[in-house]
Amino acid sequence: MTDVAHQNTETNNSVHDLVMGAGENQFLTFVLEQEEYAVDILRVQEIRGWESVTRIPNTPEYIRGVLNLRGAIVPIVDLRMRFNMKSIEYGVTTVIVVLKVMKEDGSGSRTMGIVVDGVSEVYSVPESEIKEAPDFGTKVRTEFIKGLATIDDKMVIIIDIDKMLNSDELAVVDSVSESTGQIKE
Amino acid sequence: MSIDLTQFQQTFFEESLEGLDDMEANLLQLEVGAVDNEQINSIFRAAHSIKGGSATFGFEQIAGFTHVLETLLDEMREGKRDVTSDSVDVLLQSVDILRSMINAIQHESTYDEERAAVIQSRLEIMLQDGMSPATVIPATHGVADVSHAGLGWNISFTPHASMMQTGNDTVRILRELEEFGELNTVVDTNNIPDFDDYIPENSYLSWQLELRTDANKSTIDDVFAWVEDECELTITPIVDIDTIGAVSSPQSESEPATNTDIKPSLTVAQTRESKAKSTKTTETASIRVGIDKVDALINMVGELVITQSMLNQFAEREEVTAAQIEQLKNGLGQLERNTRELQESVMSIRMLPISFIFSRFPRMVHDLSSKLGKQIELIMTGEGTELDKTVMEKIGDPLVHLVRNAIDHGVESPEERAEKGKSAVGKVNLNAYHQGGNIVIEIIDDGAGLDKNRLLNKAREKGLVREDDILSEEQIYQLIFTPGFSTAEIVSDVSGRGVGMDVVNKNIISLGGSIDIESKLEIGTTFRVRLPLTLAILDGQTVKVGDEVYIIPLVSIRESIQIKQDMVRQVGGDMEVFKLRDEYLPIIRLHQVFEIERAVEEFENGLLVVVEGSGRRVGLFVDELLGQQQVVIKSLDTNFKKMAGISGATILGDGSVAIIIDIPGMVNLASIQNRDVKRAIA
Repeated sequence: MTDVAHQNTETNNSVHDLVMGAGENQFLTFVLEQEEYAVDILRVQEIRGWESVTRIPNTPEYIRGVLNLRGAIVPIVDLRMRFNMKSIEYGVTTVIVVLKVMKEDGSGSRTMGIVVDGVSEVYSVPESEIKEAPDFGTKVRTEFIKGLATIDDKMVIIIDIDKMLNSDELAVVDSVSESTGQIKE
Repeated sequence: MSIDLTQFQQTFFEESLEGLDDMEANLLQLEVGAVDNEQINSIFRAAHSIKGGSATFGFEQIAGFTHVLETLLDEMREGKRDVTSDSVDVLLQSVDILRSMINAIQHESTYDEERAAVIQSRLEIMLQDGMSPATVIPATHGVADVSHAGLGWNISFTPHASMMQTGNDTVRILRELEEFGELNTVVDTNNIPDFDDYIPENSYLSWQLELRTDANKSTIDDVFAWVEDECELTITPIVDIDTIGAVSSPQSESEPATNTDIKPSLTVAQTRESKAKSTKTTETASIRVGIDKVDALINMVGELVITQSMLNQFAEREEVTAAQIEQLKNGLGQLERNTRELQESVMSIRMLPISFIFSRFPRMVHDLSSKLGKQIELIMTGEGTELDKTVMEKIGDPLVHLVRNAIDHGVESPEERAEKGKSAVGKVNLNAYHQGGNIVIEIIDDGAGLDKNRLLNKAREKGLVREDDILSEEQIYQLIFTPGFSTAEIVSDVSGRGVGMDVVNKNIISLGGSIDIESKLEIGTTFRVRLPLTLAILDGQTVKVGDEVYIIPLVSIRESIQIKQDMVRQVGGDMEVFKLRDEYLPIIRLHQVFEIERAVEEFENGLLVVVEGSGRRVGLFVDELLGQQQVVIKSLDTNFKKMAGISGATILGDGSVAIIIDIPGMVNLASIQNRDVKRAIA
């Protein structure tokens, strides 16, 4: 696990020196089924090797479970399952990318992890290079996509992690356990 | 230089609210005994610091209100005014108003401005009634001066030479006055010395001001609040020949005063409100911690550092001898002790004395007893007993309800008590003490007690208990926690609507506590609330289901038994029940609820853990019991969301995460089916 993280900081630095300029955002890319996806690097807290997690009962399959991240309980989402891709056996490059996700109502952030096939590169992409995604042709639901960028003739899909990790089953909204009533005066 | 005052606002709110609590407590004591000067002094001090603070932060309406209050208290303090029950009453209400004003600012909401204005004018009327000639207003003008807002005010203002040295600025004062209306100023420059004697830091001027305004005197007073002691100041109303007749007639004095007083204070409040909307302040909770606790923490961290450096020595050695291994073991033992102590003292930071809750009861009992026409003596012990802040916040309302109930239903009216040969004054005891890992809070009244037969009849009438059911004493008393159950003959606004007691019970259970009742007819009732000291740590039983480890709170577990397949009966298709002594308990197979694979299916190979939650019992079927340990509760919803049947998670010794089962939630899951079972068996 430390290996991967270390590697990442290395690439991070070299790329940073080469291509960082004004008006650009840096993205960390990772691979899912041969395609490259990108997330805002400022949201990435750390990258860990895969380790077994504790399953939470009665949750969708793509929520692999929770992990102890230095005392905090962090839910882990398998992105392949989330995007309805076929699952593969976790291998040596399989990593958990721990991300900071802003809550939709703006009431702060929470920490979540995503399981991906492997991390790839760090790119600097000028704002102007990010193009709107077409509303078909990818396996990922378009509402989760912030845009597309072309880097060295490769297409990279930039993911809106706030939308993706706040949607549906992952949403914080819950009414089930709010059953304790208030005392009537 | 500008300082951002907002960072201190939270402290001001906290201190002010504390000050108000002090004021309230002292006011309540005032009424009981003869007037103690020290008490009035401390009430005065509290009011004074609230006034000072609110003026600094620009909360004008609080400052204005407290100013009037302070003036009244000052006169009491100096013995110019007697303390009557009437004035205590107004003062108590003022405390309420101030509290709601502060809350309103803190939470950016509104408060009852009308009531505030009424109370303020009551205070002002009270002030002018007992006005002694010694005050700044010349006696010749009499009552009309005080708050009658007519044409305006003649102000003679002569600052002492040193006034500017204390940071007060006359220009600012004059500007402020100008805001109230038309201001004519006449400056007296006679006192300016020759240039050689001139000290630039001194103030040599004096003013004759004529302010045409409808603002009342206390508003004007406020402007000078900070320089009162550093100037010669007289404020007299401008008197027109035409209005003299009307003003000097005593009948018309109080009413116009009331009306005109309301207006200015309302406008002040409104501007304040719009201001509050524009600046959004975020509220953060904070705790005040005793310095001794912090010192203890620092000591312990010191110890920890020493232990750590000691252990470090071993890491540097190439070879370790047997004696050194012994030393290493000792070191680890010490580390363990240090960590445990550290944990305990960190926990104790969250602990607050229960007086935070108890302190509101004297006022409540005072109000309630006068409302209900009962005489009640409240005795409190163990106010220093500490419990967790979170528990404290949640137990407040249930306790209020229990005390209210004791007064309303428990203690009889004085006449009734006399008939029974009891003293006319009813007693309500509030006790708090530690017992084991719990805090116990008792609410004891010496009233009529619970009538078992009446409770039982009522329950049968309502169909809550069947005719042929035989209930134990304890079970009968527990009936009062059933929703919709009330034995009060008259429904009052205090209690008796049958809502409440069930919620009290529910809240206490949700905190992991319990409530017992003891009662003797005509002697009294005791409610005993038992709560865990903290919500952060729990004694848990680790159990294994399939490959997963779960934690069941130890308090919920009644017993664990091994059962055989033939003891289990199927009811209504898929519901399994088994007979434990004389009771049928539904079985919840944990692996089914949580959809766990590779779990034990046969009852002979697993264990049945009988748990109790929400007053019902069920059997949880698990593979095996692993062990008992204290676990630190981590919430799932900080990063995820709440889940039915799960109350949180914890981290086990090996660093992995284990889920803590929410027993009441789990029982509720089974309860709907449970009801069907009972019917089927009957």
